[in-house]
Amino acid sequence: MNKIILIIKREYLTRVKKKSFVIMTLLGPILMAGLMLVPIWLATKDKDLQRIEVVDETKAFINQFENTNELEFKHEFRSIAKAKAALYDSKYTSILYIKKTDDEPVVEMYYKKQPGFSTVNKIENTIEDVMRNIELNAKYKITKEQLSEIHPNVKVKAISINEDGEEESKNIGISTAIGFGGAIMIYFFIFMFGVQVMRGVIEEKTSRIVEIIISSVKPFQLMMGKIAGIALVGLTQFLLWIILTGIIYTVIIGAFGVDETTMQSATQTEQILNDVNPNLSSPHPYKDILEGIENIPITQILISFLFYFIAGYLLYGALFAAIGSAVDSEADTQQFMMPITIPLIFSFVVAQSVMDNPDGTLAFWLSMVPLTSPVIMMVRIPFGGVETWELLLSMVLLIGGFIGTTWIAGKIYRTGILMYGKKVTYKELWKWLFFKG
Amino acid sequence: MDLLHVKRVYKSYADHKALHNVSLHVKEQSIFGLLGPNGAGKTTLIRIINQITGPDKGEIMFGKEKLSPKHISQIGYLPEERGLYKKMKVGEQALYLAQLKGMDKGEAKYKLKQWFEKFEIDSWWDKRIEELSKGMAQKIQFITTVLHEPKLLILDEPFSGFDPINTNLIKKEILELRENGTTIIFSTHNMESVEEICDDIALINKSKKILDGNVTEIKEAFKSNVFEIVFVGNMIAFTNALWTAFELLETKNVNGRMHVKVRANKASDMNELIKTIVQDVQIISVNEITPSMNDIFIQKVQEVMPETLAELEEEGKL
Repeated sequence: MNKIILIIKREYLTRVKKKSFVIMTLLGPILMAGLMLVPIWLATKDKDLQRIEVVDETKAFINQFENTNELEFKHEFRSIAKAKAALYDSKYTSILYIKKTDDEPVVEMYYKKQPGFSTVNKIENTIEDVMRNIELNAKYKITKEQLSEIHPNVKVKAISINEDGEEESKNIGISTAIGFGGAIMIYFFIFMFGVQVMRGVIEEKTSRIVEIIISSVKPFQLMMGKIAGIALVGLTQFLLWIILTGIIYTVIIGAFGVDETTMQSATQTEQILNDVNPNLSSPHPYKDILEGIENIPITQILISFLFYFIAGYLLYGALFAAIGSAVDSEADTQQFMMPITIPLIFSFVVAQSVMDNPDGTLAFWLSMVPLTSPVIMMVRIPFGGVETWELLLSMVLLIGGFIGTTWIAGKIYRTGILMYGKKVTYKELWKWLFFKG
Repeated sequence: MDLLHVKRVYKSYADHKALHNVSLHVKEQSIFGLLGPNGAGKTTLIRIINQITGPDKGEIMFGKEKLSPKHISQIGYLPEERGLYKKMKVGEQALYLAQLKGMDKGEAKYKLKQWFEKFEIDSWWDKRIEELSKGMAQKIQFITTVLHEPKLLILDEPFSGFDPINTNLIKKEILELRENGTTIIFSTHNMESVEEICDDIALINKSKKILDGNVTEIKEAFKSNVFEIVFVGNMIAFTNALWTAFELLETKNVNGRMHVKVRANKASDMNELIKTIVQDVQIISVNEITPSMNDIFIQKVQEVMPETLAELEEEGKL
């Protein structure tokens, strides 16, 4: 036991003292903060203003275009030929030419610099709206103002009732965001640090120190010490990231001024949520988010996150160690990586459908199977539909799975680390499982 | 007294037998040579003694006790495949390995400093292994093997990859360690390299022990009674003098000196040979040709496992 602590200590300290660790730890939050703040910054920054000269032969569109932050329309009463000739001397970025025909008006746009897809889109929408309004007015005598009065605004609020009749409203968007965020973090943690375990094993094997060490400790102790040491490195890094991100975020918010930024970040969050699930849209995102957060099982999420985070890593870490022991160099790991990465990537891919139906059959079974449960269960939990027995069963199965993979990995590792210059096959690995100590 | 007693050990892997009924006695404070071609089973036996792997059958006694994990701290092991963490600092690494062997940190540090002074390498403490030359790393490797003052020191192919200067240094250290009570097991396929410093040896071929015992006794038992004589004089007179007691094997004339090999027909010794020829020729030198350990090995394989001889030759192991 004393020796395994020595191993953990070495694995931890050599990694934490590395320059790359320090750099990643410092850079990580800056990148994360950047990811959060750059869109906000971009939103606050003035968009490219398009100044559009309107040459309207129909005269129907005069004063119909409304200026926005990005689009500025100005009617010039001159011929299109004159306008075109003057384009490069004028302040306008483009000319919108509405040609008079017998039929629907034909619209052409002349520009100096190609406008972006979204700009063209906006212009199109604006023209369509204007034309619709004109037509509505002409045919049915409905003015623009009347139309906006009857604009409906509906939001469905999901309220669950449990057996005791207690009601609880949930914000699906928040659940989705938390579930997805947790799943991403677990996925990356397993990959990043699992690969580090594998590299560590390969390093010991290729530097040939491994036989010296296992003459002092059991191979299993060495393997577990390495896995545990690297887990601590991972936890340290995540903890530092969270703290540093918090600090950076607070500092920047302080610098920007609270109100504006909070509002913007709330809009931001809403936009993200809408991207994830376009059916959701709410006129009061900020209030709803706060309400939604209150109704999410935070403690349960935190505890299970920590559990799945660690147990998932341990399960996969052992397999990564086994791979490292079976090969002579990192280049040979490809063939064995497949069966490990497939369940991970698979669970990440199906996470979307699990979110659509968090209590369905697929979601249930994938949250029970140890190889997929760390990611899938984390997606399910924020939706609140996971029964306690399901959670406990899943955890027990994951612990069982972890013991199972560790046992297998230990067997492969023990034989593999002393095997050099041999191209190992799956058949070979299978045989190793049954070698006697 | 035996420090190590290997009793009828068997070990096989999926596709081959590594050890078949191998027994050994290693005397306390002796140097024991475990000799045999590559693939004979030496490394497997050593790994069993180091408890890296276990025997299928048989047992091993360490002193008076059955070998168990508590003996790990009393064994020092330099494996054939050896190396160190390239990115770790020399001192840190040596301390780590010593602690894994069960040494207290302070004690390990104190003893390390002593060894570093002895080898005059104090300045390497904070260097990374990758900054050192191969020869320098070998010294560190040796120090980490003996630092915890093991009762039993096992060196697997110790001189492969060591440069001649380090080889001599280490030979010297090993003899000194034996004087101080350490028992040493050498394992090598290069049988000539250690016979001069070994007290006892065991020859292993294809998973079986074919011969063991005291080096001098073995050499005595396998001596062929062949002598090489260098002389100046008449060859006919020389041949006549030999007559019945000695058989002439080989004659060479090198710059007017005759180099002749003869075998004694019965147990004659060098004195008798000299007496026989001293009146007829002018003797320059007489040597008894003792068989090398390699010759003994081949002879013994021929005797007990002749079917494997062709195989060994084919694999280029002789």
